Amino acid sequence: MKSDNKLRNSSIGQTNAQPLLEVEDLHVSFDVRGGEVQAVRGVNMVINKGEVVGIVGESGCGKSVTAQTLMRLIPSPPSRVKKGSIRFAGEDVLKKSEKEMQQLRGGRMGMIFQDPMTSLNPTMTVGRQITENLIRHRNMSMKEAHKRGVEMLNLVGIPLAETRMKQYPHEFSGGMRQRVMIAIALACDPELLIADEPTTALDVTIQAQILEVMKELRNRLNTSIMLITHDLGIVADVCDKVIVMYAGQVAETGTVHEIFNNPKHPYTQGLLESIPRLDDDKSQPLVPIPGTPPDLIKPPTGCAFAARCKYTMDICTRVDPGLFECSSTQSARCWLNHEMAKEVHA
Amino acid sequence: MSNLNVTKNNEEQHEAASNDRHQHLNLKPEDFRKIDTSGLNAEVISRESVSVWRDAMERVVSNKLAMICLFILLAITVMSFIGPYLTPYDYETNDLMNTNQPPSKEHWFGTDDLGRDMFERTWMGASISLRVGLFAALIDLVIGIIYGGIMGYFGGRVDEIMNRAAEILYSIPTLLIVILLVVVMEPSLFTIVLAIGITGWVNMAWIVRGQVMQLKNQEYVLASRSLGASASRIIFRHLIPNAMGPIIVTLTLTVPSAIFAEAFLSFLGLGVQSPAASWGTMIEDARSAMKVFPWRIFFPALFISLTMLAFNIFGDALRDAFDPKLKR
Amino acid sequence: MSSSLNKNKPLIEVNNLSKLFRVGKGRTLKAVNDVSFFIREGETLGMVGESGCGKSTVGRTLLRLYEPSGGEVKFEGKDIYKLSPSEMKAIRRDMQMIFQDPYASLNPRLTVNDIIGEALDIHNLAKNRTERKARVAELLQLVGLNAEHANRYPHEFSGGQRQRIGIARALAVNPKFIVCDEPISALDVSIQAQVVNLLKELQRKMGLTYLFIAHDLSMVKYISDRVAVMYLGKLVELAESETLYDEPLHPYTRALLSAVPIPDPDSETQKRRIVIKGDLPSAIDPPSGCPFRTRCPLAKEVCAKEMPPLIEHRPGHYAACHFAGEPLPSQEGIVSAG
Repeated sequence: MKSDNKLRNSSIGQTNAQPLLEVEDLHVSFDVRGGEVQAVRGVNMVINKGEVVGIVGESGCGKSVTAQTLMRLIPSPPSRVKKGSIRFAGEDVLKKSEKEMQQLRGGRMGMIFQDPMTSLNPTMTVGRQITENLIRHRNMSMKEAHKRGVEMLNLVGIPLAETRMKQYPHEFSGGMRQRVMIAIALACDPELLIADEPTTALDVTIQAQILEVMKELRNRLNTSIMLITHDLGIVADVCDKVIVMYAGQVAETGTVHEIFNNPKHPYTQGLLESIPRLDDDKSQPLVPIPGTPPDLIKPPTGCAFAARCKYTMDICTRVDPGLFECSSTQSARCWLNHEMAKEVHA
Repeated sequence: MSNLNVTKNNEEQHEAASNDRHQHLNLKPEDFRKIDTSGLNAEVISRESVSVWRDAMERVVSNKLAMICLFILLAITVMSFIGPYLTPYDYETNDLMNTNQPPSKEHWFGTDDLGRDMFERTWMGASISLRVGLFAALIDLVIGIIYGGIMGYFGGRVDEIMNRAAEILYSIPTLLIVILLVVVMEPSLFTIVLAIGITGWVNMAWIVRGQVMQLKNQEYVLASRSLGASASRIIFRHLIPNAMGPIIVTLTLTVPSAIFAEAFLSFLGLGVQSPAASWGTMIEDARSAMKVFPWRIFFPALFISLTMLAFNIFGDALRDAFDPKLKR
Repeated sequence: MSSSLNKNKPLIEVNNLSKLFRVGKGRTLKAVNDVSFFIREGETLGMVGESGCGKSTVGRTLLRLYEPSGGEVKFEGKDIYKLSPSEMKAIRRDMQMIFQDPYASLNPRLTVNDIIGEALDIHNLAKNRTERKARVAELLQLVGLNAEHANRYPHEFSGGQRQRIGIARALAVNPKFIVCDEPISALDVSIQAQVVNLLKELQRKMGLTYLFIAHDLSMVKYISDRVAVMYLGKLVELAESETLYDEPLHPYTRALLSAVPIPDPDSETQKRRIVIKGDLPSAIDPPSGCPFRTRCPLAKEVCAKEMPPLIEHRPGHYAACHFAGEPLPSQEGIVSAG
């Protein structure tokens, strides 16, 4: 796992990294009774080739909506992209036709969802579900596709792959199904794998197995992974870069080391302080973040986190800080990073 | 704003931008004073309070077609009360000088083969139909819900026995029951009502049973049980109110099918007897002369169809309103 | 944990508790299989294990929400399964439950006032409407909400707020013992700490005893005095929480602990993770002997023949393993999953 660490660091140091996915000023809203929920409010992010980016945040922070918008999987209405652009390998995703999107999804973009029980078709054999994608996206013959399918099942650690190809999803356990999902998602060698809470529905011992599989795949195939999770432990384990989202915005971004060792946003700090660590002794009290996230039907003016923050200043309730650059790789949406704040509180 | 992997060049631009960005605010050190946030953080719920009921009702009201249907049903109900007083005739007096009249100023819906006013008889029929519908709904509500609630909540042996009994009742055709009843009693509205009463609630009981079985393992029911709540409290306070959506939908289907059953049985001569009128008997009376005097079959048929259609559409709207997930 | 409590006196004793569920075709699922433990007054016993290990069933059977298939549960010395319905109703005031799903545990048709008020109604704890309302307001304040929230419906609250309403309902009858059935696993990270701190504070103030069921091992370690580990309906290890986490004896406990990702990129990469093979076997057709032997790196012949009994290896530290505490083979041998 030492080598794993090296690999992780090297991909960050690259200044000439090639961006694979670029999201710029994305705004997504939902029309609901009584108004408009501004689920995503100006998100920017870049995922480079071969990078594992963790997106962390609480439910309703816009992380899943962002991911689903990337794949254009979110039904519209009620959702709509109000503003912004998404470029995947240089092409504008939002301008593509549904047919072109179908080519992209499952081909160059793979995806894994939270619930392995419902993301597989119960009436089709697992083999068919893997090969179908290969035949459609890679123009493979039935025979080639089958061979590749067996290969993929072996890759994700499913024993007796030949037999397993002929079985139906219900004959697989939860962890095995999630492996099948990964196998399907990776069969066409996608450049980007979007994993939305891939292990949340699984037990820890199974989660450990799946995380091992994902790490190995990244090292072997150099796939970019966008890993959406609420578990900071998983992020620390597998990610290179972290994007912390709060109330539909990026609160902080940085390398995994910056985020965990030197967080610049009070929300990130709060998240880290509010979870107990297995390797800590328990005398250290948990510091919860008080209150609840704002209702995005009426987002607050100023900083969205101001009402729950320990350090709220006068300016915070009035003006949204925007992202402050803290290093070449880290930025935080917080007024504390303004020079004047540093002076005042010095 | 920037991302993580900005090039050096970009970075400088960004630095400059971030300093410029706030220049127009003329920030002063006072702006960075720490403030008390306890007022900001008072767990206030900003959205308006809406109960599940009101939410469903609002959704029904916003459905135009459903509202039209509701209006039709209300109009028919009102007319069944006041209709008979709008003309100088009554439903049973023969006027052999004026038989089989087409609709006219004197007889708005015409007259039948005995010269009785059709307008009068149509609303008489409406009142019988609605009474049958109402009665069926009442049976559903009382017997169906209690029986189904008990079956579903207790399950096991209790459920097995009660379910078997319900199945036996359900397997006897209503027509057979009516014919048997007619043998013992005179054919009348009462026999029809009795026949519907014997079997009509079984469907509702099954619906309630299914709902209750689904709901009884919900955590809020367990919570109530762990507080020591009695079975009747759990059934009537927690289970039935949460099954109200399907119950109401079933009711809106029970009513028209009971109305139809009455019309059908009366049509066969097993129900309401002359001179009393129901839509079924009126159609039966008009059937033989349908080609010659079409208005005589037109009005009762029209109102049966309208009533059934309105109930069904309104029931659909209610189902959508109670379960918005079904709606695409 | 006030000083008046006798911390050594067991409040609850569970002896050889079993719960079978019939699953059709004459087959049975042994959800809980001959489990014994006790909970001292004022203590928090954590209970961990993976889905399907029977930990929730233990909690529910303990409160007699399920009738047991065997064994006894003594609350303050009385076997609760032998109580008459009226005695049972009375004792329910002392034993309450907080549920996992804050969305399913509150009746959507009732206002918060009626949800919490129901507890008062059932046990006639409020003389009239005004008193009931005042008591509900008091309970809401106790859990950090306010009286204005009483007239709202559950769906208007966030997950954390709902969970606090559930806690207020449980507290309405002044219980001594509360089963917390995964009370935080459906909540967001920042909210989990709020609820856990609230539970701790209430325990201190009111001298409550908890059975804290969860699959989040770090949270269980944080809140519990002692921790019990379950696997496939069996209790496999039980110890003081520090001891359990520092020196686990059962290979399953060790694998479970090492599988938890640590939120620290530096620690994580240095850690040698034990990844156990395969999936949880079915509880309908469990393996012979030790239930963990099919995935255990230490498994030998004897494990298939005999179920190892729960033995006190060190004072207060119980484990059910023939090879408890023996070193695990090096990671390379077992890393390949499947």
